[in-house]
Amino acid sequence: MIEQAVATHPGRTEPDEQRFVERSLVQLTLSRFHLFFREPDAIFWIFVFPILLALGLGIAFRNRPPDVLKIGVVGPNLAKMLGNDKNLSVATTDQASGELALKTGRIELLAIAGPYGVTYRYDDTNPDARTARLLTDNALQHSAGRSDSFRTQNDLVRETGSRYIDFVVPGLLGMNLMGSSIWGLGLAIVDFRQKKLLKRLIASPMRRWEYLASFILSRLVMLPVEVIVFLAFAALVFGVPLRGSLWELAALCVVSSLCFSALGLLTACRARTIEAVSGLMNLVMLPMWILSGIFFSADRFPAVVQPVIRALPLTAVIDALRGNMLQGAGFTKLQWQLVVIAAWCLIPFFLALRLFRWR
Amino acid sequence: MLPSNAPLPLSIRNLRKAYGNVQAVDSLDLEAYPGECFGLLGPNGAGKTTTIEICEGLTEPDTGSVELLGLSWRKNARELRERIGIQLQETQFPEKLTVEEIVRLFRSFYQRGISVSQIIETVQLHEKKSARAGTLSGGQKQRLAMACALVGDPELLFLDEPTTGLDPQARRHLWDLVEELKRAGRTIILTTHYMDEAERLCDRVAVMDHGRIIALGTPRELVSSLGAENIVEFAVEGDTAWPALETVAGFHCTHSGDGRYHLSVSELHTSVPLVFGDLARRGVKLTELRTHSATLEDVFVSLTGRNLRDD
Repeated sequence: MIEQAVATHPGRTEPDEQRFVERSLVQLTLSRFHLFFREPDAIFWIFVFPILLALGLGIAFRNRPPDVLKIGVVGPNLAKMLGNDKNLSVATTDQASGELALKTGRIELLAIAGPYGVTYRYDDTNPDARTARLLTDNALQHSAGRSDSFRTQNDLVRETGSRYIDFVVPGLLGMNLMGSSIWGLGLAIVDFRQKKLLKRLIASPMRRWEYLASFILSRLVMLPVEVIVFLAFAALVFGVPLRGSLWELAALCVVSSLCFSALGLLTACRARTIEAVSGLMNLVMLPMWILSGIFFSADRFPAVVQPVIRALPLTAVIDALRGNMLQGAGFTKLQWQLVVIAAWCLIPFFLALRLFRWR
Repeated sequence: MLPSNAPLPLSIRNLRKAYGNVQAVDSLDLEAYPGECFGLLGPNGAGKTTTIEICEGLTEPDTGSVELLGLSWRKNARELRERIGIQLQETQFPEKLTVEEIVRLFRSFYQRGISVSQIIETVQLHEKKSARAGTLSGGQKQRLAMACALVGDPELLFLDEPTTGLDPQARRHLWDLVEELKRAGRTIILTTHYMDEAERLCDRVAVMDHGRIIALGTPRELVSSLGAENIVEFAVEGDTAWPALETVAGFHCTHSGDGRYHLSVSELHTSVPLVFGDLARRGVKLTELRTHSATLEDVFVSLTGRNLRDD
């Protein structure tokens, strides 16, 4: 039996016919899937975690009816003068307990009637207190006889697309695209290097580009699942709008994923241990988590650092995703972001190919 | 027997490789013949792995030439990768892939080769083919590595310390496999620091020390180069480095690192009384005495013992 199995070769014959699934690129990609789906942690972080995060943020920042502001008044007539304002909840009190209520935050403002008029005590750095000041003053002046110079009307707009959840969903999508690409590539490559498997692979006739391409392929196959599950959740549960072209959104996700894969490849190109690459990946991702406008607008940072922030790949990706989803912007309006993303695809990829350590 | 123009499986000329100040491989010449099992034998750090990895095209030599099957790494790397099989020291396979998945992956790299099920049968892992690599024993992992080395049906097989770290039963199991491969006529180059392994598996052995080959021949030739078939091994009381013990009873005496003295003798029944007599006359007290028939181990001790003294 063994002689059959390991027969000698009088001469090399024609290559065996290889079926599609027996091709090395397919086999390499399959092994990526096997390794991924046998890692329950990875599935949680990539598929479940973003949804939990969106759910949590959606609940925390849900839009509520306008708050009724609590104020305290000292003096006999004030409560009656404010009596019918539905935005204010008025309690008549004496000065000492009113001061205490103000200090402990139970009321936003204390209005004290004096011989020459009314004194407002409030914290002017607290937006609610400022609002209470305006509402109280307006109501008191009106009931004292002040009239409007001209008529005004209110036209209330509570549109989807301008809520916090609408803002944060593209941010979370961008963050997830970055995380899954960089963690996915970085850890897998360094794990293989640490186990000397990379060395074993290049000792076989495997083509090196196929090994790297298998990561890209497996990312691209996984991407639709990851993105569709998340966006479907956001759209169905929170009604997050998808105003732009869905094809362009898909293309954006693919290009972003390639861009972060290239960055992941560069991060992992030399590190010998999981500890080293984990540190490097955090070093690469942390500035973007903070600066790139996932949870709040990147415009909040000073103007001097704006060019740097705009040049970060995650900023470009999130801006482009928001442009597409919230404003319905086409690619022609997102040129600058696309240029940044393309640059982050190409430069790290070629650098990584040059620097890659197989042993 | 062979056509005279058939290229040698392996031919190395004047190979040198240094890491910093350490000359890992120093002016090495080697040839392996078709169908033989050739062993590189030596202690850790002798340069065996560096040599074999240069042969495998994984390490660039500083100078010298390597030809495999008449081909060179510089010009024919791709073809060579298809035609040789490699088992590296300390490769860990992905724990979460099964035996069959790993072998199938490696099979996909080769244009020609042996079917996955057949090679799993050959290395006797068929009962474990659906087991994940992380659950295999040391011996099974090593046989999985063998399967990956063999799946391309190689003409030349490199095994780097195939049994290091295995328990005795797993070692014998792997030896059986190598012997089957030899019977099937494969050329095998293996490194080992186990003298018994080299003696059992190798047709020819090169003994390496400090990056050089210090002896080359069949195990039988090397053992008989000692000039005697039996070894007397003894230790003495007090300080071990007795310069006066260069010869005992007219025999050449080697002092090895572990505080023992070794004598090669042809007849135990006449030599041992002479050794006793000589030592007693010098006032040396014996603490230990053993005799055994000579092995490659003794060849190494006698060769490196001389080297150690030269330092």
